[in-house]
Amino acid sequence: MKVEIPNSMAEVKLFKTWSTPFGARVVWALKLKGIQYEAIDEDLSNKSALLLQYNPVYKKVPVLVHDGKPISESLVILEYIEETWKQNPILPEDPLGKAKARFWAKFNDEKLLPSIWSAFTKEGTEREEAMGAALESLKFVEEELKGKKFFGGEKIGLADLVFGWLANLTRVFEEVAGLKIPDERYPLLLAWLQEFSEHPIIKDYWPPHDKLVIKYQALYEKFHPAK
Amino acid sequence: MAKSDVKVLGSWPSQYVMRARIALNIKSVSYEFLEEKLWESKSELLLKSNPVHKKIPVLIHGDKPICESLIIVQYIDEVWSSGPSILPSDPHERATARFWAAYLDEKWFPSIRSIGMAQGEDARKTAIAQVEEGLVLLEEAFGNCSKGKPFFGGDQIGYLDIAFGCFLAWLRVTEKISGIKLLSEANTPALLNWADRFCSDAAVKDVMPDTEKLAEFGKMVIAKMRGAAPPK
Repeated sequence: MKVEIPNSMAEVKLFKTWSTPFGARVVWALKLKGIQYEAIDEDLSNKSALLLQYNPVYKKVPVLVHDGKPISESLVILEYIEETWKQNPILPEDPLGKAKARFWAKFNDEKLLPSIWSAFTKEGTEREEAMGAALESLKFVEEELKGKKFFGGEKIGLADLVFGWLANLTRVFEEVAGLKIPDERYPLLLAWLQEFSEHPIIKDYWPPHDKLVIKYQALYEKFHPAK
Repeated sequence: MAKSDVKVLGSWPSQYVMRARIALNIKSVSYEFLEEKLWESKSELLLKSNPVHKKIPVLIHGDKPICESLIIVQYIDEVWSSGPSILPSDPHERATARFWAAYLDEKWFPSIRSIGMAQGEDARKTAIAQVEEGLVLLEEAFGNCSKGKPFFGGDQIGYLDIAFGCFLAWLRVTEKISGIKLLSEANTPALLNWADRFCSDAAVKDVMPDTEKLAEFGKMVIAKMRGAAPPK
């Protein structure tokens, strides 16, 4: 007898690494919605044949595989999850609210994160410029938090999940590279970092600090070889 | 809805602005087009409506600004939901459309731009090869998405048609200036035919810039960029 399995109950796999912020945001979304999934942690220096088959264009993580069909690019994955599993929405119902959440998600990925990464990897005036750009970007983000507990309002939403890497990595960057982003000039962001990292679902998937310090220390040394 | 309730801040050469206009046309929404003069000072309205990026397009609906072209297209699709759908209804097909739209913006169009900016024959050849590789992927994607129908979106223009089709004017300018055919019968027959259908569509033809006019504009842009501050 053939049993019809509703599409949303079919198998879910997530290819990621233990530390990738782009994977973390997908894990958090799956957990917020209570979706069972199988996690496959890749070694990026030795990518699995399956990963290469599922994401031939970029060969990157994360990749979500639902019922045998792969979806790549974390923001695309988040929208797919939202549309496939309707419980605990991460986007508001109104189109304007959706547009704003998407705007900030894009802003993180295209402006904020790259400038902080530049500050981490570069030296001298390039580092200063990158820090300047990051702090400018953070001003807009701080403004967005006015009157709100989370970017999504009372509850965690898409923008929170996408900015969430800050909660996990900024202490690491401070320890390893002396980058204080955000600092006390951003009280709303600091409060949000606290709220976000203490949320039970978020806390439950949290790349460990000590392991991250080791990883990023090694990376830092690669970008800043001792003279 | 009164025409003045919907405004688009934009500029005629901009492929990203075209996306917003095509989407509004598909939904038969009247709007006021406010032309920003590129390479001159930005209007008060633009700076106020998009303080973060200070870029076009901006859609102003009522008094609410919406920024980022693909976000605008999705907004239009969601607000005017009684009109023809722009995004597919199936979540997996939506994901596919979004994936390729992001690919176009992040990988493919930058490779088109680097043809124009390439200094020296080797750099030019590399840039062209990258564009052509991308087109091979997009030709395959077209087959998968269209499933034998005229557009990525099926019978009608959809999200990915808009995301890709807006680049056709610049693609034609690049072909003209570089003297090579990027879309061809030999390599991309399906896309070649799709391109013609897209450009003649009622929602597109009045907002697609004339190739000659855009080529002149392109020369001006390249000259300004080459004359700009030396690379870091």
